Amino acid sequence: MNINTLLFGLYPYLALLVCVVGCWARYDREQYSWKAGSSQILRTRGMRLASNAFHVGILFVLAGHLVGLLTPEFIYHHVISTPNKQLLAMVSGGLFGGICFIGLTMLIHRRFSDPRVRASSSFSDLLVLVLLYAQLILGLSTIFASSHHMDGSVMVMLANWAQSLVILQPMEAAASIAPVSLVYKLHVFLGMTLFLIFPFTRLVHIVSGLAAPVKYLLRNYQIVRQKRAS
Amino acid sequence: MKIRSQVGMVLNLDKCIGCHTCSITCKNVWTSREGMEYAWFNNVETKPGIGYPKEWENQDKWNGGWVRNRDGSINPKIGGKFRVLANIFANPDLPEIDDYYEPFDFDYQHLHTAPLGKHQPTARPRSLISGKRMEKIEWGPNWEEILGTEFKKRSADRNFDNIQKDIYGEFENTFMMYLPRLCEHCLNPTCAAACPSGAIYKREEDGIVLIDQEKCRGWRMCVSGCPYKKIYFNWKSGKSEKCIFCYPRIEAGQPTVCSETCVGRIRYLGVLLYDADRILEVASTESEQDLYKKQLEIFLDPHDPAVIAQARKDGIPDSVIEAAQQSPVYKLAVDWQLALPLHPEYRTLPMVWYVPPLSPIQSAVEAGHVGMNGIIPDVDSLRIPVKYLANLLTAGDEAPVLLALKRLLAMRAYKRAQIVEGFDDQQTLDDVGLTALQVEDMYRYLAIANYEDRYVIPTAHREEAMSEVFAERGGCGFSFGNGCSTGESDINLFGTKKTTRRDVIQTVQVWEK
Repeated sequence: MNINTLLFGLYPYLALLVCVVGCWARYDREQYSWKAGSSQILRTRGMRLASNAFHVGILFVLAGHLVGLLTPEFIYHHVISTPNKQLLAMVSGGLFGGICFIGLTMLIHRRFSDPRVRASSSFSDLLVLVLLYAQLILGLSTIFASSHHMDGSVMVMLANWAQSLVILQPMEAAASIAPVSLVYKLHVFLGMTLFLIFPFTRLVHIVSGLAAPVKYLLRNYQIVRQKRAS
Repeated sequence: MKIRSQVGMVLNLDKCIGCHTCSITCKNVWTSREGMEYAWFNNVETKPGIGYPKEWENQDKWNGGWVRNRDGSINPKIGGKFRVLANIFANPDLPEIDDYYEPFDFDYQHLHTAPLGKHQPTARPRSLISGKRMEKIEWGPNWEEILGTEFKKRSADRNFDNIQKDIYGEFENTFMMYLPRLCEHCLNPTCAAACPSGAIYKREEDGIVLIDQEKCRGWRMCVSGCPYKKIYFNWKSGKSEKCIFCYPRIEAGQPTVCSETCVGRIRYLGVLLYDADRILEVASTESEQDLYKKQLEIFLDPHDPAVIAQARKDGIPDSVIEAAQQSPVYKLAVDWQLALPLHPEYRTLPMVWYVPPLSPIQSAVEAGHVGMNGIIPDVDSLRIPVKYLANLLTAGDEAPVLLALKRLLAMRAYKRAQIVEGFDDQQTLDDVGLTALQVEDMYRYLAIANYEDRYVIPTAHREEAMSEVFAERGGCGFSFGNGCSTGESDINLFGTKKTTRRDVIQTVQVWEK
């Protein structure tokens, strides 16, 4: 097994396994630690722009990755051609990635320079921000790399990699991604690493952030619990 | 009709001496942890003043409580569900820690370790959040104690609405009162309505409003929703916490810590039966000034046979019904109408009520600001404190405040005549619509205030909630999740910080060497 198969055929499964089992264990055993980890109360200044820009940007980018990577060619060809899809990805990813970049830069500055926020941060809070920042910069730099090949071929290779993983074909996945240039591979590797550390950081609040609105919109304003077994 | 029971509280402000024993004992038991130093589940404010956190009563600023829409429906003032969710990344209505105060401790250890020098060593303040030196303490939980700070700042108090402040200024030296505050354990809590996780709930048996610490995800919307600003965000655990009405004690039939330790005997705890089906209707009452009267209607007469029958049908144990019949809270709030809710205009239907203080009137009498009506001060001539109290307790409606004050004065006059002059002053009682029997009862509850009269709390029927009671033997009590133990090792896989350990500054400090 070569290093390419190890990193892009096996590592993704390892990362996802740790992510799922880790989240399960944390939810079951340590739910008290499951939280968004807001520090707004310690310093509100600038949060309105920074946090909103970061979250809106990254949510859009994530949704774009999900749809972009996992939609098979024969389905999206009904709507859009491959080169046009790449252009769309570059433009929308660039726009929301840029918004996210502004927010994340402000948040990192706040996290590291504000004495209150710095003192109340755990190592994982700092690590997550730095890794996200690195990942975002890598992601934005792929836009420049992509501008040299506007035919969508690299995008198709990356999508094949992701789709092969989903249908449990690791060797095929590793083979699909092998020809792409280093910046994409680094981006993919760091992305998998984020899944790996997901359950051990505040990233778990993403799960709640996606689930809570549904429950909230459906429930009554007031909740009453009774002791009596009904 | 769906009858539920609640353990409510009444505070007799007339007897509050502002000693802060309630706040201190509460803090020692519940909030002396890192992350919660700034939080006071119970605090005592000097009024007039902007309070803690700053200007908590100014809902134009904080958007707490409910608003009534034109179509008669109500929703939280911070916004409907979509707006709450839209603000989840950055809450525009969230107070900053400086709105409470930056918690601090002093470098006491320096007094022991300072080298020999020309000057006396000092213990200088240090922030409990950043661990850094604080050169100057700018604000505290009780900065306005006994009218501290200048009047200009304190006059931002929203209870001065519709009062000419300059006229009030003349009363400055004579009018002051204490206001002990805790969670109101509302019938219609906005905190619960604002929680995206659904972690905040009201207990059916005793009405205590709690935050499920396991379910809370720290979205911090409840802090904004609560108009009394009695939900605190624990910056260490990342979860919101609030007054738990000492529910482990209430379940055992004991009064809350703040009540138990009150040296002025001002607190009363008792059961109220209410019609849960009418909560929404009452909270949506059109006129803010009618909210107090409408909330009185929701409480049910525990002596009424129809109420008793329905209560039994709704699963309320006889012990709770009996407690409701002897409830001091029912007597003070409903029978005698001496106790009034705090800011009913927030539409939360609060369940901690207040007997308005006579002290502002008494001091005004001594200063010659008010005329006498026989031996009773002429309360009607003292508009300013009455209007102020009405803004605080009845959404500005002066009639209930005047009635309560007059009844308190009538009780004093009647008992004085009875004991000093030896005759029954029936006329005084007739003027305020009380009978001699009622006044004797009032005297017993307000002046004598025996422990057994002040606290009538039925024990909880825990056993009903358990299929196998014996299995609970040896179980763990209060914990911060993950069973009884937070673990022996310092390493936690999920990065949970130990609630019992100080991370920012050590409890025993050695700073300067």
